[in-house]
Amino acid sequence: MNPFTYRRATTAPEAAAAAALPGHRLLGGGTNLVDLMRKGVEHPETLIDVTGFSQQIELTPGGGLLIGGAVRNSALAAHPQVRRDYPLLSRAVLTGASAQIRNMATVAGNVMQRTRCTYFADPAASRCNKRVPGSGCDAQGGFTRYHAILGGSSACIATHPSDMCVALAALDATLHLLGPDGPRALPLSEFHRLPGDTPHLETELRPGEIITGVELPPPLPAMRSAYRKVRDRASYAFALVSVGACITVENGHFAEIRLAFGGIAHRPWRATRAEAALRSGPATPEAVEAALKLEFAEARPLDGNAFKLPLARRSAAALLAQLIGETA
Amino acid sequence: MSRVQNTLIESVRKVVGWVPERWLPGGTPDPLIGRHGAVGTQLAQLDGPQKVRGAARFAAEVPLEGLCYAALVNSPVTRGRITRLDTAAAEAAPGVLLVLTYRNMPRLGLVPLMGVTNLGAVGNSALPILQDDQIRYNGQVMALVLAETQQQADHAARLIDLSVDTAPALSDFQAAKPEARTPASILVERNEQSAGDAEAALRQAAFSTDATYTTPGHNHAAIELHGVTAHWTGNRLVLHDATQAVAPTAAALAKLFGLRREDVRVLSPFVGGGFGAKGFWDHQVLAVAAARMVDRPVRLMLSREAVFRMVGGRSPTEQRVAIGADAEGRFTALIHTGYSVMPPYSASPEQYTLGTRSLYRAQSYRFGQKHLDLDIVPNTFMRAPGESVGSFAVESAVDELAHAMDIDPVELRLRNEPETHPLTGTPFSQRALATAWRQGADRFGWDARSTMPRARRDGEWLLGMGCAAGNFPYVRMPSGALRIRLTRDGQATLSTSAQDMGMGTATVQTQHAADRLGLPLDAITFEMGDSDLPAAPVAGGSSQTVSIAAAIAAAASKLTVELLRLAGNASPLAGLRAGEVRLAEGGLVCIEDPTRRETYGDILTRAGRDEISVTETGAPPLEIFKYAMLSHSANFCEVRVSDVTGELRVTRLLGVFDVGTILNPRMAVSQLRGGMIMGLGMALSEEVLFDERSGRIMNPGLADYHIPAHLDVPEIDVTWTGIPDPRSPLGARGIGEIGITGVAAAIANAVFNATGKRLRDLPLTLDRLIGAEGA
Ligand SMILES: Cc1cc2nc3c(=O)[nH]c(=O)nc-3n(C[C@H](O)[C@H](O)[C@H](O)COP(=O)(O)OP(=O)(O)OC[C@H]3O[C@@H](n4cnc5c(N)ncnc54)[C@H](O)[C@@H]3O)c2cc1C
Repeated sequence: MNPFTYRRATTAPEAAAAAALPGHRLLGGGTNLVDLMRKGVEHPETLIDVTGFSQQIELTPGGGLLIGGAVRNSALAAHPQVRRDYPLLSRAVLTGASAQIRNMATVAGNVMQRTRCTYFADPAASRCNKRVPGSGCDAQGGFTRYHAILGGSSACIATHPSDMCVALAALDATLHLLGPDGPRALPLSEFHRLPGDTPHLETELRPGEIITGVELPPPLPAMRSAYRKVRDRASYAFALVSVGACITVENGHFAEIRLAFGGIAHRPWRATRAEAALRSGPATPEAVEAALKLEFAEARPLDGNAFKLPLARRSAAALLAQLIGETA
Repeated sequence: MSRVQNTLIESVRKVVGWVPERWLPGGTPDPLIGRHGAVGTQLAQLDGPQKVRGAARFAAEVPLEGLCYAALVNSPVTRGRITRLDTAAAEAAPGVLLVLTYRNMPRLGLVPLMGVTNLGAVGNSALPILQDDQIRYNGQVMALVLAETQQQADHAARLIDLSVDTAPALSDFQAAKPEARTPASILVERNEQSAGDAEAALRQAAFSTDATYTTPGHNHAAIELHGVTAHWTGNRLVLHDATQAVAPTAAALAKLFGLRREDVRVLSPFVGGGFGAKGFWDHQVLAVAAARMVDRPVRLMLSREAVFRMVGGRSPTEQRVAIGADAEGRFTALIHTGYSVMPPYSASPEQYTLGTRSLYRAQSYRFGQKHLDLDIVPNTFMRAPGESVGSFAVESAVDELAHAMDIDPVELRLRNEPETHPLTGTPFSQRALATAWRQGADRFGWDARSTMPRARRDGEWLLGMGCAAGNFPYVRMPSGALRIRLTRDGQATLSTSAQDMGMGTATVQTQHAADRLGLPLDAITFEMGDSDLPAAPVAGGSSQTVSIAAAIAAAASKLTVELLRLAGNASPLAGLRAGEVRLAEGGLVCIEDPTRRETYGDILTRAGRDEISVTETGAPPLEIFKYAMLSHSANFCEVRVSDVTGELRVTRLLGVFDVGTILNPRMAVSQLRGGMIMGLGMALSEEVLFDERSGRIMNPGLADYHIPAHLDVPEIDVTWTGIPDPRSPLGARGIGEIGITGVAAAIANAVFNATGKRLRDLPLTLDRLIGAEGA
């Protein structure tokens, strides 16, 4: 690891100002960034600790929740209001990592965590267009079990590994950012980018911007939601595929449906096509099947992850069937 | 490994076969067998409190004045020649004391490979250590950086600039098969063995199965990383090491660095897990060389990644198992052959066919293994090397045959129990696998199993049961020495250089010594983990318990003789010979007339002595040539498999072990259950991701190399037949490795029973269950 300077920011504007400086990086719980520094993937000169503010979970005037960027993952999952009104989020967070890591990890850090592609994590020997734009991608033709089946490019097939973000996407969450031009808000599902030929640009965060919080809209009445994560161990493993869904059903029809996937794309994948096909339509297995087919029409699985296509479809179908059953 | 060795071993077996039983070790059963003493009680691990308090000091925790810290640079390429190695920036970095490369490393010879022909050798790699500009495998050490702090060393290591002229590497398993070698022997066994025409018998069999099974590479993941603290004073070297081979390490270092053996001391009182990994690798040599060059104590602890890159693991295997059977299910042919990786510079042949050779009776056989030569970190021994992965193949095959014949898989196995060793005809010293099967089937509720796959379901979860046998040979090492020192106050100290990797060696041998010497537990002190003590061999092959037990028994016999001599004519024991007394109640007692007795204290006092000390070596392990000596297990398992996702959960595991006397039930359960958990990991998730394009391991850490998490581990029921082996010291056989064997097959067989899908490739991940089509 390179020598670096450690500083603590006490306010969001102070952190944002520091984030704009060259060689400066924000430090949340450090569970991802510090690992990557040890591996030689990241080389910040200065770390700005941003865990000293934005630590609250508050009710918004509209009846939603505003979650501070520095709220720890474990605190988020345990929060009574989150557990009552957004159980999907609590579940998703609790399926991630280990208790110790969740105790350290922050909400903003979780959103900003980087891919688990092992070629990305191997600067000593592997080529990666994220680390060195234009250098090539050794994941192609390599181990691609954890790689994308949707939205990948010839430059990059990495996935965003977060569980929490899948739930946030399904909950229609909004990110609150603060930068040199003041605060702005962005839907979480538009925050992470697809790789295209610039896989090193992972999010819409601008230089000098920080995440101050995540806002959840008020829960829908009679909403049912669930999160299902499929992985290589019973716990403590990243998702091969995960699915988060919120639905409301009226008279056997989907009044509202939001569906998101993890582990299959460079960003938490909001299944907008499937949602559009299902919304207001009959809540039946056949309709769900057809909609999922549509959603994955453009999937491009690789040799090493072709199983994720059926896995994603079947997991989502089972999850929706379960939720429909609960509303009946 | 040679033909000469085959001839030698086979003639020993023949000669020993003629020798009358009573002349051999174990010919007369150990009198302690069946005695109810300290052995067999649930004594807690003696060093437990120390470990719980954090007071046990491991090799990488030893504090020393002036200590400096090492970091390593591992090769990112697999084959090639270093063309540029710029160390200037690293040398100029803060705190750096030394950058060691092939240019300034002292010229050293090669470390001899451990093996059956050279029991004193410890090497896991026969490759030169920083001696030239050649790169021979991915991860090979290129440089060592020493600095005042670990952080400074780690940082400076990154500043070394390396250019390599890369050369083509051998890293493709399938591509290497045409060039495979067929070694003459595998450990002490002749490699290729056959009886009858097994292929013809297979073709003619009423029922048969013939399939290929694969297992991936596995890496060691002991909780304690490999670490050393090396320290010179003048020409004397002290190495605090985490090792399974204390005395052989000292001998190897002495030879390598041109020192007298008595000038090297290796200390390893605690080892945080060995499993075959804690042997002699490059890091010990590098730390010792670096410490000498800077004349300061050096700490070198491998990172988890470095353990993956520099310490080999279990080889991948591709195995063919074919079984033919007649209409009654009696085996007419048994074939087990295959490929594993073993470059010429590594020591471990991954003996996956050896277990099969004694497991079943069959009318014809064919066994043989081929080795592939790839450019890899030398593969090594890993808990039940061979039997772990071999049992997956053979025990899956038996299940396939049972299903094809519609016979209960337990019943099919019982029908093929051999009476004597199937290949050699030697009698088993003790074998109660059939008892284990019956005991297990009953305890597990095996009759609840549906013979039809996919017949039991709980919502989306398919339920299934499976079973599989495991076995592991009895091994006793020759030449383990041990000293007993008895003092006038009736205290005994037993000393041997042997090693305790956490399994409780000192505890169990304290129990043993109490019984052997007729002393209470608190009168016994057991010292180990120090090469200045009488030399014990490497701890491997589950041999240490019986090897030390034999040494204690031998030393106790010698002690008896010496004590009788000391007792002299004034003693009530006067005139008695060693065979006429036993050690009991703190002294010597005449067997015929127990009123003739004297305590150790009284004998020493009369003789005007404060203490008496004897050192002795266990008798040569000739019993292994006279008898077929093996432990066995019957494993039962229940699984749930999601019909939606293919996720596999093991819900119940039972192991019934036929392993001789259980010396300490509490620790035995822990050893056996630990082995079973490792078997579970092998079944469910463990796999080295070796990128065959580059020859590089791509998951060198525990986030990506998946050992079981707590939630993967179900309730594990462990029990045993409890029948002593009449031919071994204490009636015991080793229990360190048997636990892992058979578990993966039991799970795969249960998966078949649940889903109707036969998975012949480990690990049993969900993609293999749902496939690319989601079928
Ligand atoms: C072994 C292991 C297993 C794991 N398993 C899972 C899993 O199963 N599921 C899962 O979802 N996750 C998993 N994780 C990842 C874990 O969730 C993330 O490491 C964690 O959420 C990151 O949060 P942090 O606060 O520690 O981030 P840090 O490591 O501190 O930072 C991560 C990134 O966020 C940036 N950042 C931090 N704060 C801000 C801010 N306010 N504004 C803008 N940028 C910011 C940092 O600069 C850095 O780039 C695992 C991690 C490990 C190590």
